[in-house]
Amino acid sequence: MSRFNQFLSGLLLATAATLAQAEVSLLNVSYDVARDVYKDYNPLFQKFWKAKTGEEVTLKQSHGGSTKQVRAVADGLEADVVTMNQANDVEFLAEKGLVAKDWNRKFPNNASPYTSAMVFIVRKGNPKSIRDWGDLAKDGVQVILPHPKNTGNGRNSYLSAWAWALKQPGGSDQGAQAFVGRLLKNAPLFAAGGRDATTTFMQRRIGDVLLTFECEAELIAREFGKGEFEVVYPSLTLQTEFPVALVDKVVDKKGTRKLAQAYLDYLWSPEGQENAARNYLRPRSAELLKKYAAQFPAVKTFTVDDVFGGPAKAFATHFKDGGSFDQIYVSK
Amino acid sequence: MSRRRAAQEPRWVRWSLTAIGLVFLFAFLGLPLAAVFVEALAQGWSAYVAALAEPEARAAVGLSIGIALAALPLNILFGVAAAWAVAKFDFRGKSLLVTLIDLPFAVSPVVAGLIFILLFGVNGVFGAWLTAHEIKVIFAVPGMVLATLFITFPFVARELIPLMQSQGKDEEEAAISLGASGWQMFWRVTLPNIKWGLLYGVILANARALGEFGAVSVVSGHIRGETNTLPLHVEILYNEYNQVGAFAAASVLALLALLTLVAKTVVEWRMQKEMAMLNAELPPEKTA
Repeated sequence: MSRFNQFLSGLLLATAATLAQAEVSLLNVSYDVARDVYKDYNPLFQKFWKAKTGEEVTLKQSHGGSTKQVRAVADGLEADVVTMNQANDVEFLAEKGLVAKDWNRKFPNNASPYTSAMVFIVRKGNPKSIRDWGDLAKDGVQVILPHPKNTGNGRNSYLSAWAWALKQPGGSDQGAQAFVGRLLKNAPLFAAGGRDATTTFMQRRIGDVLLTFECEAELIAREFGKGEFEVVYPSLTLQTEFPVALVDKVVDKKGTRKLAQAYLDYLWSPEGQENAARNYLRPRSAELLKKYAAQFPAVKTFTVDDVFGGPAKAFATHFKDGGSFDQIYVSK
Repeated sequence: MSRRRAAQEPRWVRWSLTAIGLVFLFAFLGLPLAAVFVEALAQGWSAYVAALAEPEARAAVGLSIGIALAALPLNILFGVAAAWAVAKFDFRGKSLLVTLIDLPFAVSPVVAGLIFILLFGVNGVFGAWLTAHEIKVIFAVPGMVLATLFITFPFVARELIPLMQSQGKDEEEAAISLGASGWQMFWRVTLPNIKWGLLYGVILANARALGEFGAVSVVSGHIRGETNTLPLHVEILYNEYNQVGAFAAASVLALLALLTLVAKTVVEWRMQKEMAMLNAELPPEKTA
């Protein structure tokens, strides 16, 4: 029996410990490959905050599939800030009333401190000479990408291909839809997520080209070696954003608004921007972009706002049930 | 009769059946297990040790073991109580209770996790009350213990019910008629009779608790160093292209599983030995 009592007091202690954490700590809920960026960023911010206020702050991280992560925040995971890789996920929190409706105006650059671009990863020597989106729809080319309907990675690739086709001479939405349809026919499968697509392409060696983020190429090199593949920049591609937001409900409850605001603001500081660049994310600062030019070749990009009238509209037109993806897939 | 016939199958049948069994065992258990260790050591011992020495990895190991330990006494308590009620008493709704005990086996772990979100999440049944009293269940350790408990609940009861049923109520009744109190009867008669079965159930439940992914993933919140168990840690490292880290953590899980296997074998062996001893003692009593 005393064992049981011991256990009970243990559980109570654990609960009490969970309660006591409400001091100066900040929880940053993020997508699943954000670790490297924030692992390096957090000590920078801690130093900055200590120098400014004398306060020690504990920074906690939560990583996972981005849509799952925002769902957890909506269900009560007490995130002070969210740092995501898709506007739709932050939009979801705005709809739930956790994040300000105009969250993307609360910070500069559409609330995205850094960006990336959708690129092609091809086998060494580029045996199928894949140079641009048009090559992906050719016969005999196999394209690997995550599911366009329910992964951010897949959606970005889909929109990139669509926009490229739209911008070709005589391009129209109908033409673009037909082009994307041809491209998707070249996909032997849809991977479950970014990591899954990489494994399919690099380890199982299926396909001729992998569609992914520029920053992901670096992670792939780390695991599989640089000499194993080449990165191809198409003539036009999507500039992907990494939106950040304060979770108003949580920071007001915990009294961490000032700290959380500073944490996100600091992402735009020279130190924060350089940290992004070191982690292969394109900084917003033109100066740093120049400094790291070798790492970030010039590429013509568009944003979802430019071509599709914002993420919500793009989602509704293309990825909702009955959207363009479903139309392509039913007619396939 | 049937035993002799089995032994008289042609030699090639016996051999090929054994060979098929061994090939399956090797392909589906041996190879993956070996692969875990090969991948974990792909960059040498120092990388392996460094991956495990990371504070987040150590926190994950600690949390996994802590949750399993927290679920343990509750599992024993509920399992013994449920098995006791089912095996020793007849009452209305008994078959319903037996079905309910099996429910966690039938429900997908992810659904089990979602049940807790629906109960304790901010928009859940108890969400408003919990928020008002600043009690965190979901996305904190208590919720993870609850989810683990739900998933592992049937193991102890399932192990004990047939054992208790086969033992019958005679010894307990004898104890009571000799003037033992309820507690005395439980501690001196029932518990010694079921101890090996109980231990066996606990080991199985423990193995499941350590390896549980689905239910715990839903209620964890994935806060690194705080609510990331070992299986969740493996997933996140793999997604971050940290192959060595992921497999190093997986190798710890595999080692824990192997330890469980050893413990299980020892318990089984002791159980058999005790049974054999009992049987050796029993016959004269029974004939008397």
